[in-house]
Amino acid sequence: MIRSYLPALVFVVLGSGVGIAFAVLNGLLGRKRAVAAKSDPYECGLPSDVQNGFRFGISFYLIAMLFILFDIEVLFLYPVAIQLEAFGVFALVETIIFVVLLMVAFVYVWRRGALEWK
Amino acid sequence: MNEVVLNMPLALVGYYEPWWVQILKAVIIFAVGLQLVPMVLIVERKLLGRFQHRVGPNRVGPFGMLQPIADILKLLTKEDFRPRTSVGFIFALAPIISMVTAIAAWAIIPFSNTQDIFGTEVGFYGVDPSVGVLYAFAFGAIAFYGLMLGGWASGSKYSFLGAMRAAAQLISYEVSQGLALVGVIMMAGTLSLTEVVEAQQAEGWYVFPQIVGFIIFVIAGFAETNRAPFDLPEADAELVGGYSTEYGGGRFASFFFAEYLNVLVISGLTVTMFLGGWDIPFWDEPGWIHPFVVLFKISLFVFFFIWVRATLPRLRYDQLMSFGWKILLPLATVNALVTAILVVVID
Repeated sequence: MIRSYLPALVFVVLGSGVGIAFAVLNGLLGRKRAVAAKSDPYECGLPSDVQNGFRFGISFYLIAMLFILFDIEVLFLYPVAIQLEAFGVFALVETIIFVVLLMVAFVYVWRRGALEWK
Repeated sequence: MNEVVLNMPLALVGYYEPWWVQILKAVIIFAVGLQLVPMVLIVERKLLGRFQHRVGPNRVGPFGMLQPIADILKLLTKEDFRPRTSVGFIFALAPIISMVTAIAAWAIIPFSNTQDIFGTEVGFYGVDPSVGVLYAFAFGAIAFYGLMLGGWASGSKYSFLGAMRAAAQLISYEVSQGLALVGVIMMAGTLSLTEVVEAQQAEGWYVFPQIVGFIIFVIAGFAETNRAPFDLPEADAELVGGYSTEYGGGRFASFFFAEYLNVLVISGLTVTMFLGGWDIPFWDEPGWIHPFVVLFKISLFVFFFIWVRATLPRLRYDQLMSFGWKILLPLATVNALVTAILVVVID
């Protein structure tokens, strides 16, 4: 069972190999001419004094919370979807109730304006 | 009902070959993916040129065919530097994460089912787990760490904005993408990609009954791969280069490579889930032709990607968000519900 995943492991190893090879080759082949200004972060327009503690809009946070809610909905639908024909009407009714409940939450979120991008 | 639970396909053990065949076929499929990316690069630049009444690259090699090789060499001989504000370890790790996830996702594309080669049954895919679709989504979700960490660790405001945008966009469209596939899974009754294709050989391609799911999946696929018209994470007109602003040389090559491999993976998934995989309708095709059929369909789809990029302008960010949440998500949910009702009623 686990053995059938061996090729995936090979892919992961090869993938990191290529990624590391690009970086290492670049380090070996690339010319080196350090100038102080080169190590400044890119700027355009107003000078940016960026620290590592960035601030970002609350909308991004809201979207992330909504994502958790709805992605779990999708995950719950998958097992039901596989066995839908086997369970028949029972699974169908259950799915409909589940989705309708989530749609109530969705409409609520929408009406409260969480989906408006500010 | 207990019998039904015991017969769940999730409990089935996937077929696997001897270990050396597994490693060999993984290396071969990986090499094919590695070859396809430069081909997609040159074809895209050539086609974009034609779309804009130019000839495109035509200096390096015959018809400019060696241009991607020249690009890679050029990138590798660039100076390897990082900004003073960057977080070194994560800055170096991010492109590798992108690369690994793209290549690992490529393993899931089935080029055929198992076939007899010199007496050994070989599956023409990297892996075919019983949770195949989830495997693809899992690596798609990890890919977002590559962009997010890369943008954050650069310590530049443009990178950071690009990374935040990329994160919000990826997770918004991932929901619709997952929901769009629920219809297909209901019809096929399995998550394994080879079994989905076999179901399509029996019932016909799912692009016709699942046309809504197909359209949603393709649109979300454009957003997931950061391709035009959804290329806001790297919108060069407003964000300079988005999450990859501070990257150059080999590390930028990794990001770039992963992006194009992701295009191939999304094309492959679409072909598998909706366009019948290796199936040619009305013809009992010989087994050796299957990989070529899949590659042909994938290349048609890549052409579609490029065509769209040349045609559509970029969306505004609030439009992008409201399109994903207010149109695609309800549509995908309704599609899943209607499919569920039809599957149960017709059955």
